[in-house]
Amino acid sequence: MSNEYGLRKRSHQKWFAGLTLLLSFMLVLSGCGAGKDGQGGSSGDGGKVTLKMMHLWPEGSSAQQSKLVTQIIDQYQKDHPNVVIQQEVLENEQYKNKLKVLSASNELPDIGITWAAGFMEPYVKGGLFTPMDDLLQGSKLKDKFVPGTTEAYALNGKTYALPIELNITPIYYNKAIFQKYNLKVPTTFDEFKQVVKTLTDHGVAPIALGNKDRWTGSLWYMYLADRIAGNETLKKAIDGSGSFDDPGLIQAASEVQTLVDMNAFNKGFNGLSNDEGKSEFMNNKAAMYLMATWELPNFTTNPAIPQAFKDQIGFFKFPMVAGGKGNENSWVGGPGVGLFVSENSKVKEEAKAFVEYFVVKWGEQSVTQAGVIPATKVDTSKEKLPKLYVDLLNGLNQASSITLFADVQMKPNAAQVHLNMIQALFGKAVTPQQFADQHKAAIEKGN
Amino acid sequence: MEKVMSNKLVIALYVLPSLLLLLAVIYVPIVLTGYYGLNQWNGIGSMTFVGLDNYQHLLTDSAFWQSAWHSLLLALFSGISLIGYLVIAMILSGKIKGANLLRKIYLIPMLLSSVAIAQLWLKMYHPTNGVFNSILASVGVHNPPEWLANPSLVLFALFIPIIWQYAGFYILIYYAGLKNIPETLMEAARIDGASAWQIATRIKLPLLREVINVTIILSIVGSLKYFDLIYVMTDGGPNGASEVMASYMYHQAFRSFDFGYGSATAFALLLICLIATWLIRKVTATSDTIQYS
Repeated sequence: MSNEYGLRKRSHQKWFAGLTLLLSFMLVLSGCGAGKDGQGGSSGDGGKVTLKMMHLWPEGSSAQQSKLVTQIIDQYQKDHPNVVIQQEVLENEQYKNKLKVLSASNELPDIGITWAAGFMEPYVKGGLFTPMDDLLQGSKLKDKFVPGTTEAYALNGKTYALPIELNITPIYYNKAIFQKYNLKVPTTFDEFKQVVKTLTDHGVAPIALGNKDRWTGSLWYMYLADRIAGNETLKKAIDGSGSFDDPGLIQAASEVQTLVDMNAFNKGFNGLSNDEGKSEFMNNKAAMYLMATWELPNFTTNPAIPQAFKDQIGFFKFPMVAGGKGNENSWVGGPGVGLFVSENSKVKEEAKAFVEYFVVKWGEQSVTQAGVIPATKVDTSKEKLPKLYVDLLNGLNQASSITLFADVQMKPNAAQVHLNMIQALFGKAVTPQQFADQHKAAIEKGN
Repeated sequence: MEKVMSNKLVIALYVLPSLLLLLAVIYVPIVLTGYYGLNQWNGIGSMTFVGLDNYQHLLTDSAFWQSAWHSLLLALFSGISLIGYLVIAMILSGKIKGANLLRKIYLIPMLLSSVAIAQLWLKMYHPTNGVFNSILASVGVHNPPEWLANPSLVLFALFIPIIWQYAGFYILIYYAGLKNIPETLMEAARIDGASAWQIATRIKLPLLREVINVTIILSIVGSLKYFDLIYVMTDGGPNGASEVMASYMYHQAFRSFDFGYGSATAFALLLICLIATWLIRKVTATSDTIQYS
């Protein structure tokens, strides 16, 4: 074994020189590779256009949405025989990762899904999304969107994606459990706490929460901040013109910890994912669940969920806090996801045409078929809709303000600090003051 | 044939394809990662060269050192668990009843993917329906621990499945090493009146030394760069309590959009692993190699 080393040593230096040479060679090669961008779409032989679309509605977890997308694509291909649309479907977290990797190598699909505001900003600044304003002003989409939805996708006066969802976040509750313990829907936070207390006294988990995903807990903080300090204060604190030091915002953080102390959330919530937390609610083990309207299909149209369960689900608006500045009709929510077209797509015009078509069709069909609220206006008089759905749409119509989810509003780095702090706050690892300090520092850092 | 194989040009020609591949997929990315670490880059658009800023920041970043400490703890735990694996392997290599079946049982976790293992253990750790807490509740514990939500427990709750996951791998290595020791040595010892304990410590252990050295390096370096199970089970949470170096790197690059800093972290991780390997080799260096013949 040992003699072999001696043999190698002689040519060691030569090898090293060769290696260095090769290494630099490879570097040059890889440099060349980055120069040209390999784009997904191609308008090759016979005028056939292939559009690549990447989305996040896998058949397993978003059955209704997935079906609807396929349906719209099929119809479009029938109407436009020269167009082929390829779907690539990923689950939420994988989708976000893949989007970043593809952006770094400049290989975005022709059509894809993005979130608004802070999430979208790096992509827009990197020149990866194409402006959609011509579609917005076009005959098919002009004045079709609910006011305030497309703005979340605008940067420097241009709109870079078209929203297809609109979400508000009610508290869903289990009527059967409420009835069993003679509980009434709470309208003030004190009543809400009373409900929580009654439920814990009877050994029922009041609120289902999976806070491993962290934005789930953020919803609770956002609502309390909105109700106590008002949505303007919260908004200003997030964009840096105000401060998280505001006494109302600090009080909101301490109210979160009060709820934790009351055992308001199911056990071990900081280690459970949103799906695991949700299952407590879906299995009738927890009485309430605060979640956006993208959960609506599970309580209305999803055939996999028993009708008996769907029938016993109601919702209420987040209660008012005595002496607080917020009102009941102020919601946390905002446009969910939107469709973008890649700036570097070779078939940009075709892609945009499809996006326009998609938004219109989605707006018409998503209500009845998928049970999601589209960002385009819905005519409720024409369709026969589940009651829960109509009630929520009415809630939306009365909305005095909709505050966009904090982690979407913030820039990526600050958003991570916010999410980590949410987990720490719920886990009582920080005081409300420390919670505020960390936010301030992250937002001042500005990235 | 012999002549051809001694021709330097031919050797080079044979080695070249795999060498090129290795360079392209391993070494070039390493160099590039080091270079990205010198830049401020959000992963999209242009990079700004900032020199050693990222690396300097890394030195004072308490969150990074916390994650490094967690990785070190994991390395320590897997190092200690090697003793357990060795004992099991020794028992299995002896002539005991059911050794064959036991060997298979130990090997099964190796056949599962990390994600499957993570899902399995997530169920076991579930705060209300999990196996552990159900047992604890049935014997009258009112407030069973929230394994993955408790910052002071979560790290150790994660170490257990990791150690379980790799048991089969190391037991297999030790088992193969032990089987490689000629039976005649043990027989001679037995005739001289050595006890089982003496055979294990005086004959088997010294002869297994090289194998043990290799497993120490494998387990410690593997622990330092460990990622998958932690990512799936807790994602570094709650609030960084189970963050390790690799997950910290991932979060910096892919969640905070700070690819420059993420790359710097990755490069630091590489350096730490190299230093660890070098140290272990220094400490465990053997002068003599064993030859059976």
